Amino acid sequence: MVPPPPQEPHPSGDERFALLDKSLRKARYRQDQLIEVLHAAQEVFGYLADDVLLYVAQALRLPRSRVYGVATFYHLFTREPMGEHICSVCTGTACFVKGADAIVDAMVSEYGIQPGETTEDGTLTLTTTRCIGSCSLAPVTVVDDDVRGHLTAEEALQMVVDRLAAAQDAASEQPVEVS
Amino acid sequence: MAAPIDLDDVVRFEREERARFVRRALVCTSTACVTAGALPVRDRLTAALDEAERTDIGVVSTGCPGLCSRGPLVRVEDRAEQTTIYTHVDTEGAGAIADEHLLGGQPTDGATTMPPDLPFFARQERVVLETAGRIDPERLEDYVGEGGYHALAKVITLMEPAEVVDAITRSGLRGRGGAGYPTGRKWALLAEAEADTKYVVANGDEGDPGAYMDRTIMDSDPHRVIEGLAIAAYATGATKGFVYVRAEYPLAIERMERAIRAAKRAKLIGRNVLGSSFAFDLDVRVGAGAFVCGEETALMASIEGRRGLPVLRPPYPTEKGLWGQPTMINNVETLANVPAIIARGPDWFASLGTESSPGTKVFALAGSVADTGLIEVPMGISLREIVFDMAGGIPNGRTFKAAQTGGPSGGCIPAQYLDTPVDYEHLRDLGSMMGSGGLVVMDDSVSMPEVARFYLAFCRDESCGKCVPCRVGTEKMHAFLDRICEGTGRRRDLQHLESLARTVRATSLCGLGQSAPNPVFSTLEHFRDEYEALLVDLEEPDAGNRSEEVAHEPA
Repeated sequence: MVPPPPQEPHPSGDERFALLDKSLRKARYRQDQLIEVLHAAQEVFGYLADDVLLYVAQALRLPRSRVYGVATFYHLFTREPMGEHICSVCTGTACFVKGADAIVDAMVSEYGIQPGETTEDGTLTLTTTRCIGSCSLAPVTVVDDDVRGHLTAEEALQMVVDRLAAAQDAASEQPVEVS
Repeated sequence: MAAPIDLDDVVRFEREERARFVRRALVCTSTACVTAGALPVRDRLTAALDEAERTDIGVVSTGCPGLCSRGPLVRVEDRAEQTTIYTHVDTEGAGAIADEHLLGGQPTDGATTMPPDLPFFARQERVVLETAGRIDPERLEDYVGEGGYHALAKVITLMEPAEVVDAITRSGLRGRGGAGYPTGRKWALLAEAEADTKYVVANGDEGDPGAYMDRTIMDSDPHRVIEGLAIAAYATGATKGFVYVRAEYPLAIERMERAIRAAKRAKLIGRNVLGSSFAFDLDVRVGAGAFVCGEETALMASIEGRRGLPVLRPPYPTEKGLWGQPTMINNVETLANVPAIIARGPDWFASLGTESSPGTKVFALAGSVADTGLIEVPMGISLREIVFDMAGGIPNGRTFKAAQTGGPSGGCIPAQYLDTPVDYEHLRDLGSMMGSGGLVVMDDSVSMPEVARFYLAFCRDESCGKCVPCRVGTEKMHAFLDRICEGTGRRRDLQHLESLARTVRATSLCGLGQSAPNPVFSTLEHFRDEYEALLVDLEEPDAGNRSEEVAHEPA
């Protein structure tokens, strides 16, 4: 097995790298655990920036091309920062038959972004997904962790509007503590 | 070192424990019911019992009983084998159920319940889903209490590996992932392969949109998959296994991982399984969103931590698979059939279903039917029975137009073939396929060229890009369909589409590309008139004469 690289604080001082180190240790620095490590990295950093990929490549002693290749091949890995809130419209077969297109269109015209894009102020990312396996509830939309089914385009849109409004209220009522 | 689990002890204990309860409420906590609000319902029931300080009434979180469209489901079992299934339960309803039925002993008035003889359930034949929806998927003891892991103990103590392979061969079990390859033959190939390390893999990369059988098996009865995989390993001489689950199924991943840990602690997998010399190590591997990884060579690349690119077969995985070692990949549902075949015998299994397709098949019913959800039916049942008798027909006064099986690799079955028996051969003859079991019903409001365009968009997005026919072909086919659906297509677009579809089918590297044109062929075969109606350069635009015009068209 490949010997683990030395552990030291990341030069940038970014403590999130310590969390990434933890998942690297859990993966025992095995090269075949690359996908698991990238999942963990995306969980920690939100997206897979170049420096994170370089870090992973070095830790697993893999060619950079290999890490970049995997990070760009799989749909769930993102190389761009996501918005604070994510609205994911299911466009699987059952949802398609039940009118998922109308939901996507409503979002696109309301927020002016295409699926895969983020609003300019960074609050909302719109994505589509191919089936989350809740077909009996079609059409389904997921806003952050909130999964709802049997939605009309208006109801789905309202879900996003409510979520964004609630987040704004929370932000204005409870000022974020500055550490 | 802890001793291995004593299965009979657990069964005895579970029986006694079960008898202690006057009444039990089983709450479905599978993906669909949780989405519909099952967790607050369960908590409300638990809170009510805690308040009343009743420890002789139980609340159990179970997996999926199947009728997802009427969730959240609460099933109350009285001691006298009497069960009431409440549907569409909300927290208020849960309060009433707790007070009146659980504590009061009388079924709740006014709540929506399901008739016990609902055809949706009564017509099912549950083998794979036998315990799904009746046990807590997070408790190993629940599965053991229902007879779980006894088949594993039986093969280890009483059977030679070759006998196990023989039993699977004689049962006639065929791969449930879609192609229907005889499972016993696959097992025999791996058993014959000589190598230091051999691998077995459960394929839970259920990418077909509209299909969720494997998800339900994994999140409702994960131990059944583990037991099937362990028996496969014993029969073939494999020592290491993986369960490959797509990342879109967080609950299935969590429950599979938890189940593997519990099975390791109980020495049902790991070193010295149940005190024998058989060793089997098992891990979960998570995908990252790539449909092509359901193809077995791409899946293996993904397990090795690489891009999921398929490679040409042969060599088949049973000769040269993971890290160059012999590897066998079975679908999750296929493996979930194995414990029952061992426990009840291959002859019993062969007696179910039809002669060429024995056993049952789990279907995920979705689309325009009154009741959607998961059903397990004997092979050979007709589509009409599934759609009209079991699922309650087409709602909203619409009529049945077609059923799509096999997802993006399959095809559609129009109304005139509703009485065809559902098995591998009959579906293939109709230009569709069994696929993994997604069954999407479409009513007369759906445009079939649109459906073909939808599936082509899917395949275009999911093409891995390795081979040209698939990468460029799906893109171009989609462009032709785009033009036709938008009403700007000409006759030559349709001709090009058909000829390109034939090329893509014949020359693509893997199953994804080879089957990507299927929705086009299938919709063209049964609904060509809908395509024709969208073309703009018909010589005779009058709709009434159209079919005649087409008949004279040179091929």
